[in-house]
Amino acid sequence: MSDADELRALMDSEGAAVSENTRGFNRGRYESVSRLRGYESLKTEARTIKEDAIERLPELVERVRDTVEANGGTVYVAEDATDANEYIRSVVDDRDAERIVKSKSMTSEEIEVNEALEASGAEVVETDLGEWVLQVADESPSHIVAPAIHKSRAAIADLFNERFASDEPLETAEELTAFARDHLGELIEDAEVGITGANFVTADTGTIALVTSEGNARKTVAATDTQIAIAGVEKIVPSVDDLHPFVELIGRSGTGQDITSYVSLLTPPVKTPVVDFDDDETPLSELDADREFHLVLIDNGRMAMREDDDLRETLYCIRCSACSNSCANFQQVGGHAFGGETYSGGIATGWEAGIEGLDTAAEFNDLCTGCSRCVDACPVKIDIPWINTVVRDRINRDTPPSEFEFLVDGLTPDEEAGAPPLGKRFFGNFETVAKAGSTFAPLSNWLADTSLSRAAMERVLGIDARRDLPTFERETLVDWFTDREVTVEDPSRRVVVYPDLYTNHVQVERGKAAVRALEALGVDVVVPPAPSSGRAPLSQGMVATAHDHARRVSDTLGEYVRDGRDVVVVEPSDLAMFQREYGRLLSESEHERLADGSYEVMEYVYGLLENGAAETALARGDGERVAYHSHCQQRTLGLEEHTVAVLEQCGFDVVTSDVECCGMAGSFGYKSAYYEVSMAVGDELRDQFTTPDTAERTIVASGTSCLDQLDDLLDRPTKHPVQLVA
Amino acid sequence: MNSYMSGAPVESLISSLDSLDIPFERTTREGFAETIRTRVGDPAVGVALDDFDVSLKGTGVDIDPTPAALKAAYTGVTPAEFAVADYGSVVIPSTPDGCELVSLFVDRHVAVLDGSDVLPTMDAAFDRFGETFPEGKRSSIIATGPSATADMGELVRGAHGPSDVQVVLLEGSDE
Repeated sequence: MSDADELRALMDSEGAAVSENTRGFNRGRYESVSRLRGYESLKTEARTIKEDAIERLPELVERVRDTVEANGGTVYVAEDATDANEYIRSVVDDRDAERIVKSKSMTSEEIEVNEALEASGAEVVETDLGEWVLQVADESPSHIVAPAIHKSRAAIADLFNERFASDEPLETAEELTAFARDHLGELIEDAEVGITGANFVTADTGTIALVTSEGNARKTVAATDTQIAIAGVEKIVPSVDDLHPFVELIGRSGTGQDITSYVSLLTPPVKTPVVDFDDDETPLSELDADREFHLVLIDNGRMAMREDDDLRETLYCIRCSACSNSCANFQQVGGHAFGGETYSGGIATGWEAGIEGLDTAAEFNDLCTGCSRCVDACPVKIDIPWINTVVRDRINRDTPPSEFEFLVDGLTPDEEAGAPPLGKRFFGNFETVAKAGSTFAPLSNWLADTSLSRAAMERVLGIDARRDLPTFERETLVDWFTDREVTVEDPSRRVVVYPDLYTNHVQVERGKAAVRALEALGVDVVVPPAPSSGRAPLSQGMVATAHDHARRVSDTLGEYVRDGRDVVVVEPSDLAMFQREYGRLLSESEHERLADGSYEVMEYVYGLLENGAAETALARGDGERVAYHSHCQQRTLGLEEHTVAVLEQCGFDVVTSDVECCGMAGSFGYKSAYYEVSMAVGDELRDQFTTPDTAERTIVASGTSCLDQLDDLLDRPTKHPVQLVA
Repeated sequence: MNSYMSGAPVESLISSLDSLDIPFERTTREGFAETIRTRVGDPAVGVALDDFDVSLKGTGVDIDPTPAALKAAYTGVTPAEFAVADYGSVVIPSTPDGCELVSLFVDRHVAVLDGSDVLPTMDAAFDRFGETFPEGKRSSIIATGPSATADMGELVRGAHGPSDVQVVLLEGSDE
């Protein structure tokens, strides 16, 4: 696992280039998909095609073998990297090839084919400009689509000028590109073998689809007489017309281009004549297309992933990089930290766990905070946070217990069979901590804040001493509510306000405001004791514990739902549990009952106002200027707009942030290893809320984590939006 | 009736090419040679346009060039199978007479398109591929604008492939 020093060093050396480029791609994605008619239905179609293809994969592999062989090519299904490389080496040897040119292929990086071929004396030249920069620099890709994203123009210029000592030093991007094009152009024209990847392979026609922009993949095929395409078995789709949704989605989702310059649909061996560029006698039409084609399909763990109910979805991935670019942490640290042997970004946990194993996935898996911003961005709707959670759970079970286990044992009534690291057990059992915190407040707050206990917490639990700890309230929301006597006459609706862990013990004021606002709008409210949602253990990868929470929450709230009450949730991350993750933890009917019957508090207020409740019952803004930061998971659920609408209806002047995440993300920002990454993510939010327009505005945010982070980022007080209208 | 006569797909293609900054010209069979003469930069090579009932003869374009002539060429003229209007894409077939080479190993690619071969959407394009590809080993490139890269620190038009793409649309088909 990367420690704080390694992460800081990477952020210093590569963070600026990574951040600028990934954020550019991410903005491009939002703009490009907004122009695409039928975006959601294309995603659904793409997802359906992939589900079907993976389901029928063994049959499709045989179909591809038949069609490619009928076309005059060869198919080799390689069990693992060694097997694949041996076959590829034999093709290269049979061709007597001295030089192999290669277009960009992550799967070829996975099997390390360059090293295998070079070991037997062949020259392998990367022709994608980014890959070539890395080959010259002897570095590894930091991004699955733009491999040299971590290098600035100036760094590339220095590299080329040092390595290729030209008379005129190269400086501009145009000069660097022209130099690389000329240098590589000569190498391509004399090469014998061309290696490509394949974004898709169609079973009905044996067609390879390559999505590119530079033209090097086209040249790699056209200028050589032997093509080897390396593809994971999961790249097969049934037919050519199945390519349609992917062609519309892949560029937009990744780099924000509506379409890349070239989508090559090659049915090899291709009919393009084989040329010797020195031939000044034979016209093209008289030259033969005497070509060989080898499709190397790589298993390397994929067929086992197909049998794995939690990792299977990884195989739907089309390697577009949306999950990297939309990830606030990736934007800061890049793929050299947030990545394994080959793959990087959110989905890399699935790939690396399936291909390399848990140890490799464990090196970076904790950088996924489960913020879920990649979920909407993924063109095949992969639940990437869930894959990260499940793999975290498996890593926990693989880890031997710590010598300090006894310290948290009393606090940790979890259901875990293995031994999650202590810090994870502490955060995962935060319910127990919070209950004790309230019971013993203010003593507990005072004790927790002594420098001695902060040092111990940092050493044993990895809680960063630079963070303020939550202050527990002596009187919980449930206690406060029990002692009140308020009756709403002739209520319009009846609700149960869910006393989530933070609203009940820490942010009690926002809970009281929620109750008051709802009652003012004519709603009958109850606030019964209820178990915590399981978000805390789930985010530590403690799935069994989260499962137990989900069942108890469902039992508790289910009674109120059956009794005709709606469930109103203040903490967005808990609402997201009910809506999203409980689908994995409860039966379908139990999940539906709770998901369909639960609402974010401002969404509910919005619904009441829409249905005729008078906003005059709420507090008026009178033009008060506020800056609102929604919550990552709330935005994934599409619930940011409701808060803005209510505040505006009540007369507030609202601007919103547009960062993907505040950086705190539950326990993430409290962990010593990640404190600086968290603050670096937060910097962007701070910048947005300290502009001339926003610097004086009242700060509101929906999530507990966001409020904590904003308290650390800004010196203005923060509130939940419901506190403005109550 | 040819589909271009309805106007809509061609207009949509023009607007897409415009936003991609790709030069575009409508011409007739009579005016074709003149159009090509003004569009190409020397030396120019090309693939015969027999299917379009027009010829590159007399335009200064070296038809069916040798590999060495191709390597030395600045401009390459090829037919396009069809265009995809809403993306501004032209579809270049891989043929035994070298469309792939002539459209790729040059600085400027001039794609010649019949006005009746403009499909409105990518959906329609894949409907067509779905019909034609299973008929026999076909390969095509959906090409949208010039080759490009962002790998050298900022976006550059013109990477390995052409840096300049132009589209010539033949109208007044008498088929």
